[in-house]
Amino acid sequence: MFGYMGKILRVNLTTNEVTTEDLDFELAKKYIGGRGLGTKLYMDEVDPQVDPFAAENKIVFINGPLSGTATPTGGRYMVVTKSPLTGCIASSNSGGEWGAYLKYAGYDAIIIEGKASLPVYINIDEDKVEILPALDLWGKYTTEASDLLAEKQPGSKVLTIGPAGEKLSQMAAIMNEKDRAAGRSGVGAVMGSKNLKAITVKGNLKPEIANVEGLKAVTKECRAMLKENGVTGGGLPTYGTAVLVNIINEHGVYPTKNFQEGVDPDAEAVSGETMTEKYLIKRNPCHHCPIGCGRWVKSDKSPDGIGGPEYETLWVFAGDLGIDDMEVVIDANYWCNELGLDTISAGATLAAAMELYQRGYITDEMLDDDVILKFGNAESVVHWLKKMGNREGFGDLLARGSYRLADFFGVPEYSMSVKKQDLPAYDPRGIQGMGLQYATSNRGGCHVRGYLISPEILGLPEKLDRFDLSGKEVWAKVFQDLTAVIDSTGLCLFTSFALGAQQYADMLNEVLGTEWTAEDVLLAGERIWNLEKLFNLEAGISPEEDTLPPRLLEEAMPDGPTKGWVHKLDELLPLYYKERGWDEDGIPTEERLEKLGLL
Amino acid sequence: MSIKIKLFANFREGRGKIVEMDYTPGMTGQDVIDSLGITAPEIAALIVDGVDGKVDAMLAVPIKEDGYMAIFPPVAGG
Repeated sequence: MFGYMGKILRVNLTTNEVTTEDLDFELAKKYIGGRGLGTKLYMDEVDPQVDPFAAENKIVFINGPLSGTATPTGGRYMVVTKSPLTGCIASSNSGGEWGAYLKYAGYDAIIIEGKASLPVYINIDEDKVEILPALDLWGKYTTEASDLLAEKQPGSKVLTIGPAGEKLSQMAAIMNEKDRAAGRSGVGAVMGSKNLKAITVKGNLKPEIANVEGLKAVTKECRAMLKENGVTGGGLPTYGTAVLVNIINEHGVYPTKNFQEGVDPDAEAVSGETMTEKYLIKRNPCHHCPIGCGRWVKSDKSPDGIGGPEYETLWVFAGDLGIDDMEVVIDANYWCNELGLDTISAGATLAAAMELYQRGYITDEMLDDDVILKFGNAESVVHWLKKMGNREGFGDLLARGSYRLADFFGVPEYSMSVKKQDLPAYDPRGIQGMGLQYATSNRGGCHVRGYLISPEILGLPEKLDRFDLSGKEVWAKVFQDLTAVIDSTGLCLFTSFALGAQQYADMLNEVLGTEWTAEDVLLAGERIWNLEKLFNLEAGISPEEDTLPPRLLEEAMPDGPTKGWVHKLDELLPLYYKERGWDEDGIPTEERLEKLGLL
Repeated sequence: MSIKIKLFANFREGRGKIVEMDYTPGMTGQDVIDSLGITAPEIAALIVDGVDGKVDAMLAVPIKEDGYMAIFPPVAGG
């Protein structure tokens, strides 16, 4: 078996049983790995109607066939489970080193089931796998927990949850190497529900490669393409993802004050250019990554600096809150990492709370005369993040996310979310294809299920008219399917700014010994997308939830280069369903499922 | 009268964030980038007076009196 390690580790936290199983190579190839194979393994074992916090729910940690190989960025892993935030399938991705080390320990995936009676962590050192007590770690912030685990298990890579996961916040992330996050969909709370604080992993094993010389050649070619590309070889290494702040703002699609506006006149203060000039210490790359978009920035938290915020984090704690202070954002990012919170949903929940305060739903009395949650109030950000992550006072309500917060007051329309997951940093009123992608994303509001910002704003691979609807359903499907492939290989999505389906097929072929074409891998991506859709349907997620917040469909953008526009989802959605080969109600047809090998 | 040119990322190197230029009737984006020493293939996105589009097409659009341009090299993220 090439590419894969051939072993799945199963850990039952109720019975303390640890077993290994052989990986089904044919099944693995059909779903590639990562997001695709993880979803298949999960769906084969778990009832989609399961309560995400029940012991019967499981959680899958899985790398991809390119993880731990010489391919560029091959160090990522995926967490697959049922989301406590959305009720949809969750597949949350993280970089750093942990994913590659899971492979070096000899495993393609870990399936965790049951629930421990007391807090535990799992230590993996190749064939030695232990379930160990974690009472001394429970309640600890990410850095302290990670440092303690590094002392207990020298040389291991550490994955952990923070207090938010322990206290079952639906926005809880899973952190690895302290500042890398499987951030979205509340996967950290599923770990918390199992009393599982952490997983440490180390090893020295390597996957067997089908064609070593061929892999060297294609890796060299792909690395050259990444280096020569203006984005992956220039913009991202120099400025990080923060470079998006200005270009998104200039197009009038930079969501400001909970998507009430689309232009922030002071956005420059939190831009990539400002970060590079005033705060950047060095780049902070992930495993085998030639791009190195990660930032290491100045902070009063450490004289050596700390992990810096990404674009989405900069936007949500700046423009979306009406605050433009880089130091506030760096601090908020630090505290989200320490608490184990998804920065996007945590910040968006504060934005929704600020709009609820603006409109009189949240009052000073409800906040116990604590710090006011008001747009522009920088003092409120970290103050309420800590209460959110620790579920203290009004923070307990905030910890449930923006949808449940706004719904508590009877006005869910003030949650800027899709399927209860908060939208990221692009207002779809001026990016029609991206809005379609948001509405149809299988994990709810998300930008990394099909990044149509590339063609609609950034001009990559070609510039599309961002207001024009024609052909956007085709672009959305292709981007969604290709993203599902990349998420399944173990590589970073950012490689796709320079590489195409053919390069992913080439790398997989040299590693696995397959002879896939670009069309073959895209078909695998479509299979994965439909598999996720089937889970959601069986979980009770109606196609009626393929929609956007009413504001984005009904309220015209008030000002700026997107002034006057709403999103025209009602025109695009039927075209998208047709393009996917689904019926007019958004249900995959038997004919399509049969073609995809899903019947 | 003058127009304002907003520059981003590495286009700022040696030029600054904002360049003000004298306005001449009929001047286009191509005239602007020629004077700034920027070539069309270096540009990934271009906004002229609040309107964006394909770079080649936008470079031919006349800029308004008191108007502005925003010029971006290849950038991305997410």
